[in-house]
Amino acid sequence: MAIPVQYSLRNLWTRRLTTAMTAVGMALVVFVFAAVLMLAYGLERTLVSTGKSDNVLVVRRSATSEVQSFLAREQTRTIATSQEIAAGSDGSPLAGAETLSIINLPKRGSGKPSNVSIRGASPQAALLRPQVKLVEGRMWRPGASEVIVARAVASRFQGAGLGETIRFALRDWTVVGIFDAGGSAFDSEIWVDADQMMQAFRRTVFSSVLLRLRDPAEFDALKARLESDPRLTVDVRREADYYGAQSEVMANFIRVLGLLVTVIFSLGAMVGAMITMYAAVANRTTEIGTLRALGFPRRAIWTAFLVEALALSAVGGFLGILAASGLQFVSISAVNFATFTEIAFRFILSPIIAVQSLTFALLMGVVGGVLPAVRASRLHIVEALRTP
Amino acid sequence: MTVFQLVVRNAGRHKLRTALTVLGLAIAVLAFAMLRTVVAAWYAGVEASQQNRLVTRNAVSLAFPLPLAYRDRIAQVPGVTEVSYANWFGGVYIDEKNFFAQFAVDTPTWFRLYSEYHVPPDQMETFQEERNAAIVGEKLAQRYGWHLGDTVRLRGTFFPGDWDFVIRGLYTTTLKSADNTQFFFHWERLDQFVRQTLPDTAGNVGFYAFTIDRSREPADVSRAVDALFANSLAETLTETEREFQLGFVSMTEAILMAIQVISFLIVGLILIVLANTMAMAARERVTEYAVLKTVGFSPGRIARLIMGESLVIAAAGGVVGVITVFPLVGVFAAAVGSFFPVFELSPVTVAAAVALDLSAAIAAAAMPAWVVARTTIADGLRRVG
Repeated sequence: MAIPVQYSLRNLWTRRLTTAMTAVGMALVVFVFAAVLMLAYGLERTLVSTGKSDNVLVVRRSATSEVQSFLAREQTRTIATSQEIAAGSDGSPLAGAETLSIINLPKRGSGKPSNVSIRGASPQAALLRPQVKLVEGRMWRPGASEVIVARAVASRFQGAGLGETIRFALRDWTVVGIFDAGGSAFDSEIWVDADQMMQAFRRTVFSSVLLRLRDPAEFDALKARLESDPRLTVDVRREADYYGAQSEVMANFIRVLGLLVTVIFSLGAMVGAMITMYAAVANRTTEIGTLRALGFPRRAIWTAFLVEALALSAVGGFLGILAASGLQFVSISAVNFATFTEIAFRFILSPIIAVQSLTFALLMGVVGGVLPAVRASRLHIVEALRTP
Repeated sequence: MTVFQLVVRNAGRHKLRTALTVLGLAIAVLAFAMLRTVVAAWYAGVEASQQNRLVTRNAVSLAFPLPLAYRDRIAQVPGVTEVSYANWFGGVYIDEKNFFAQFAVDTPTWFRLYSEYHVPPDQMETFQEERNAAIVGEKLAQRYGWHLGDTVRLRGTFFPGDWDFVIRGLYTTTLKSADNTQFFFHWERLDQFVRQTLPDTAGNVGFYAFTIDRSREPADVSRAVDALFANSLAETLTETEREFQLGFVSMTEAILMAIQVISFLIVGLILIVLANTMAMAARERVTEYAVLKTVGFSPGRIARLIMGESLVIAAAGGVVGVITVFPLVGVFAAAVGSFFPVFELSPVTVAAAVALDLSAAIAAAAMPAWVVARTTIADGLRRVG
């Protein structure tokens, strides 16, 4: 015969203060646990959603990011005339040579400088990246010192708002448009006409070539051909893989550091749960004796106390996840180690993370509750009834 | 029986509960000290910087170089005592996971400028004579098992190709916060390579570092330097080394903030665990405290008993935490060496952790002490618990 679940739940309610304190302690841990996973996931989603699988990025061999890559103009032409490239609506190939560099801009509010990616974009740049949409203002005019900026950059950096000017490379650049890149890494970039940028910086080389395959299956053929071409020394990668790799270092760093902290932290909360459950057993010795005398087997007592611990941790888990879900409204920025520029992203709560957090909470409850439950089930009937 | 003995005996009445509480507190103290050490490691570069050392870089960003010709013009600015320069190399040793800083530096000025890096004179001499020699930090050499005379191959990212270096010097640091996991080699070697492969970009310097006369204001000198190159193709930005390093820290501010928030949440957890234990203890002993009051203990004295018990438990937790944190920091430092070149537990961190632990003890005891002190004798004795 089993003890009704109600018994366990009512007991928690009776000792509200202790229950609340223990649950809040667990909620803190679950909050941190969930926040760490959400942060790493948010970063990954941002970078992974940046690359399209049928787009191919060509950079100089052994460059780990576009910033480190240099391709001469003839080389970019050789690449852009590959037969595997898809044709645009006007029949011209969907490929463009781009320049990516870093400029230092002061942040709004604090005035502290930070690195921003600036992309000298080809005429095909927006066609190749359908997630990038101009939401305010207009595109730059050819030949003018004009830029368009991502919304996150416009709000974060001084002089980057619509109609304002940014000064770099001895020129004042007017911000004529704001674009939205659907939560991808381009949301942290400033775009300018590639030719204008090369002139202003006196650059003679491009950084990369981005192209669309007419058939994604032809990737291997293109890769083999370009990488063995004696005129080029290049690496050919799918755009999605390139951005996925960028998120790896940072996301792993967040996960390792964060989870290490959470594990240490959770030990504290488990101890808290254990204290609470041991006290619950000690307070109710006579009661347990009575239940045993009434005929409830040891197993039922053990289950009742474990259910109590699980209920306690479930409350903590829900509170923690609830608090963590509030983080989704927070947008933060961190440095992308691959390009050494700022990247803006959000905490994202996925169903998997919610389940993981709740499981983690229940696990804490089990670990904290199992020993006290064993003690309760081992009490001798006579001795338990004799205690005052 | 003295009051202290009574306090200790009270703490020992529920051995299991006290032990668990001590464990919980020890873990919290440990976690707090660890996190603060991580934060300190973040700022290590800032700590190690010197006020009379300035850094000049391209105003656009560090990704843009400066012409070598600037060296002599900077040297002529009044107050400037010694100029050196370096380029970030950014090579990869075997795998991208093995990250450490590599600079092509102008020698011997670089090591005169960064006087906290000590290279034995004989090693310095051999380094000067060999074009492909390198000087590496002692810790870095330890991490990868390098010895003097070993050849190390780096794969260039900005400067493609395989680069072989012979280790001719190991440097040690006097400052605890100074980074001794860096890799230095001759700037000339890098420049020769660039001259052959991309002649357009030869003679370019990543950034200049220079020392100034201590009697000069750094701000005046940096303005004077930047004024020299205003409206030129490569405008400069000159900062003290400290500001330069802070610039790097501010880019990772968000993560730093998160760590700081967590470290304070941990203090919250200490408080909750301890407050729970103290509340339980006080609840069980209501009758007992009424008896003590009957025999003449003042409410204040009983409050002090509870406070004392809380402090004893917290102190025990603090001691256990502090004892375990030292070996743990050692293990962690070895694991994250490439992320944090400097990972040292400072006495201030330990003191802060213990202080927070003891303040939490006082806060945790406040509520039960107040309740017990206010309960009348009759109510206390009547209570069936």
